Amino acid sequence: MIHAEILGIGAYAPEAVMSNVDLEKIVETSDEWIRSRTGIVNRHLSEGENTSDLGMKASLAALEDAGLEAEELDMILLATITPDHLSPSTAALVQKKIGAKHAVAMDVSAGCTGFIYLLDLARNLIASGSYEKILVIGAEVLSKHLDWTDRNTCILFGDGAGAAIIAKSERNGICDTKIYTDGDMNDLIVIPTRSVKNPFGEREAEYNALVMKGQDVFKFATKVVTKSLKEMMKAHDLTNEDIRWIVPHQANKRIIDFAASKLKMDPEKFYMNLHEYGNTSAASIPLALSEMKQKGLLAKGDKILLVGFGAGLTWGTALIQW
Amino acid sequence: MLEKLKEILVEELDVEMEAVTLEANFKEDLEADSLDMMQLVMEIEEEFEIEVETEELALILTVGDLVAYIEKKQA
Repeated sequence: MIHAEILGIGAYAPEAVMSNVDLEKIVETSDEWIRSRTGIVNRHLSEGENTSDLGMKASLAALEDAGLEAEELDMILLATITPDHLSPSTAALVQKKIGAKHAVAMDVSAGCTGFIYLLDLARNLIASGSYEKILVIGAEVLSKHLDWTDRNTCILFGDGAGAAIIAKSERNGICDTKIYTDGDMNDLIVIPTRSVKNPFGEREAEYNALVMKGQDVFKFATKVVTKSLKEMMKAHDLTNEDIRWIVPHQANKRIIDFAASKLKMDPEKFYMNLHEYGNTSAASIPLALSEMKQKGLLAKGDKILLVGFGAGLTWGTALIQW
Repeated sequence: MLEKLKEILVEELDVEMEAVTLEANFKEDLEADSLDMMQLVMEIEEEFEIEVETEELALILTVGDLVAYIEKKQA
């Protein structure tokens, strides 16, 4: 059995910060309201950089962390719901920007679970023997798809990117991954694109910004986070005590707190940085992991659970041994 | 059912038992926001083995409304 491990990790968020207080000037909301319902205080917003620019910067940081050159990569997988273009893929743009000329590149659309999907794909592609060094990137410029007059959504999201190098290894660093999709609830979180309009017909539906049924998402998220973490721990005979960190998708503190109480797990084990970045969709988990590494919070041998959930609906978990 | 429901309300909304009257308004009196209501819904679904539609939740304003809703669902 060929194993895979995380060889390096990096992240990037735009410099410009919009605080809750700044938002009070744009929509009718308040710092207190946003904090108490989401835990978010700041979010970083692009001042013109697109998704591939953020992805490039996170990727260069991950390459440096791994001590690899871009030419050594044989694949680039990029998860995003806010690509630069519908075509070509954002991964192809990153390939050029970092000079990874030997890497085949493609995008994956799996909402906020994108990074977990990539870990699953990378792990299995490496196990197949076909690839050895895969760059996985979660990158989003969500701000370009938000309705900045809708106080229910524009307060929640931020821009950012995180990347990791997944490489063939003697060590079983990415012990397991499980990913899921339930298309029945595809309408809970949507970013629409152009409608059908050609000489034969036209289907109503103007381009619109991101829409989300927040209460239903809360219910879905807390359920799948709890269930999938329990299943992953059970499959590997792990108890709450065996787990050093849980790195959840950074959507909402209330989701994380509720899941922690349901799992009867110490909330301190759930790493959170959503107060600073808001929800950065596919970027949130690698953005958090990279920050944890920089802060020296990750020790060799630590067992870490990652858990994502998002549009699709999609969800998934990964068990990592650092 | 009412006793069990009261227990859930006290636990989930972090309120005193005395505050949980049939007339108590979730938003005004028990200070429950939309996500508190969803937590409550999930506990109620599990406890009473019913399914609560999120659209219908908007019509449940008081504890009495919720009692009537659960009774109707269980019937």
